[in-house]
Amino acid sequence: MTTTSDAPAARAGAPRAWAKKPGGSLGRYLAVRALLIIPTVFILVTTVFVLMRLTGDPITAAQGGRLPADQLAERIHEAGYDRPILVQYLDYLGGVFTGDFGTTLSDRREVTEVIATFGAATLELAFYALIVAFLVGIPLGRLAAFHRDRWPDAIFRVGGILAYATPVFFAGLLLKLVFSVWLDVLPVAGRADTRTELTLSRGDGATGIYLIDAIRTGDPAVLGNVLQHAILPAVTLGLLTAGVFLRVVRTNVISTFGAGYVDAARSRGVSERRLLRKHAYRPALIPIVTVVGLQIALLLGGAVLTETTFEWKGLGFQLSQYLQARDFVAVQGIVVVLAVIVAVTNFIVDIIAALLDPRVRY
Amino acid sequence: MTTPAPASSRRPLWARVPVISHLRQSIGLQRGMLIVGLVLTGLFLLTALLAPALAPYGFAQLRGPDGAFGATQPPSAEHLLGTTQGGYDVLSRLIWGSRTALLVIVVAVVASILIGVALGLISGYFGGWLDRVLVVIADAIYAFPSLLLAIVLAIVISGGQSSMWGGILAAALSITVIFIPQYLRVTRAEVIRIKSEAFVESARVVGASHARIMIRHVLRNSTRTLPLILTLNASEAILTLAGLGFLGFGIEPTAAAEWGYDLNKAVADVSSGVWWTAVFPGTAIVLVVLGLTLVGESLNDLSDPRLRKRAVGAEPVEDLLDPAHATQEASA
Repeated sequence: MTTTSDAPAARAGAPRAWAKKPGGSLGRYLAVRALLIIPTVFILVTTVFVLMRLTGDPITAAQGGRLPADQLAERIHEAGYDRPILVQYLDYLGGVFTGDFGTTLSDRREVTEVIATFGAATLELAFYALIVAFLVGIPLGRLAAFHRDRWPDAIFRVGGILAYATPVFFAGLLLKLVFSVWLDVLPVAGRADTRTELTLSRGDGATGIYLIDAIRTGDPAVLGNVLQHAILPAVTLGLLTAGVFLRVVRTNVISTFGAGYVDAARSRGVSERRLLRKHAYRPALIPIVTVVGLQIALLLGGAVLTETTFEWKGLGFQLSQYLQARDFVAVQGIVVVLAVIVAVTNFIVDIIAALLDPRVRY
Repeated sequence: MTTPAPASSRRPLWARVPVISHLRQSIGLQRGMLIVGLVLTGLFLLTALLAPALAPYGFAQLRGPDGAFGATQPPSAEHLLGTTQGGYDVLSRLIWGSRTALLVIVVAVVASILIGVALGLISGYFGGWLDRVLVVIADAIYAFPSLLLAIVLAIVISGGQSSMWGGILAAALSITVIFIPQYLRVTRAEVIRIKSEAFVESARVVGASHARIMIRHVLRNSTRTLPLILTLNASEAILTLAGLGFLGFGIEPTAAAEWGYDLNKAVADVSSGVWWTAVFPGTAIVLVVLGLTLVGESLNDLSDPRLRKRAVGAEPVEDLLDPAHATQEASA
């Protein structure tokens, strides 16, 4: 069982209840944790499938009213949506396990291809956002803990709550309004200028991650353009997460600061500043690992909204396009893939946490 | 078990009402935060209840006595906050929007408490395979990005397009499904703790039925933390509703006013320098969520004696128990 006192531990604690055996080995922990991924993914896939089929088939949803009934029936038959639901489900499960998530209705692309094309952009955005969150959240959390219950702490805490209370798309709109429209210093939307995008896509073996592609062109203008476009979306999504980091770091530093070994060090005459930096701060960072894991779900959800706000052509932007086109095959595919990514990330994070902290075991 | 007869040393009834008693206990910064939160929440409730009297025009009204309002008019005497691209009055939609938000919160929170607490009670009390299955499912749902789940559910419930009640129910029920695991988890943990208490055992010995023990003895003692999750969830509900609206799952503008939908329409305006269509509905969301969060956080801190701040005394340690903060992406 975990002994950290934060939300992630409480969360991760539940499924382990029946496997509770004090002092289990790391290998056993990893094995059980890895096995647990299977039911999780299975439940996610099943839930989405059942929910999406409750309302009917995706073709009627997309074309209903626009096609005559006989043509509609024919297309439904072609796509196999008139088969018994159980057959469809098994077929779908089989597809998922072989990496086939279906073909979108609106533009006839493989869902896996859509994900490969647009996933890179989302990954890049999430990466930038995490950097912003680390740079802002962790130092400010430490500062808030150091000045606890005095005005800097109050300001940071209210700031943290504000960061939570502001919908990410509204924060994005405000930043856009100020920096792109009024001050006119940053681009309004997109991942790069049209010309830069052309340059990047022409390069051999383009990764789709513009930062890497831009560095490989060796042209500072291209790199500058890409970075300029990234600033506002990264800050928008990053601040959302930074608020959570601030809270966690503050709480943990305060609680480690009251630990016995800190008192012992203080009695040896270690300065307060050094106590904070060396003794209280470092162990307080361990729970951050688990929190980062939980943030992945938050980041992906936030990315959908941020990408829509800034026309950042990633999975989230694509998802909202498909939603508007009522292409539910595409929606289902993207949602399932994102959910699986979250489940796998949580697994990896749990493993890292177990490696870092020997108390995390079954 | 009957409630103990009030001893003479007990504080008067009005001082024991949850929020008031919290307010009386609080000091300094904590009290300030609680008061700000209560004021904001109160304003929101009043606006929602008095919307017909406060709003200068209807939420779907396009023309007044002097003809059409006109599209994207800047704030003026007739339209204090301007008009939108579609020619609606921003202030009126802002005020009516609070009503939609309140309805969604009420439906979502009531439904998720009823279902979540019932499942948590059964799961925790009986244990066994049912408990394991429920916990695994709840965990899977909990790990699911909640906005995505809300999108899927909105498709299921309303097929994406919505009348007023269709839209409100779709948003509320999508939020309900996200919240149920939280209530289940919290209730289950409390129930497991309480069912091993001596008074439960003695009730069993006396021959009380499972239903009676569950409801009278266990449930009544395990609802301590619910008000806290409730306020935090209310703010999450607003953020999820706005997120759905922003992605185009909003309620049609002629059916009801919804802030997220208005912000969606404002994205194009912002690029051309029209700020009032975005800034006002967005600020409304921020203020309401801020109010509810401040109340929730303060109650959370004040309810736990270990975290309560006293005039003189030990350091408070803020707790991170509330799962709302870990899963707020919907929100966001």
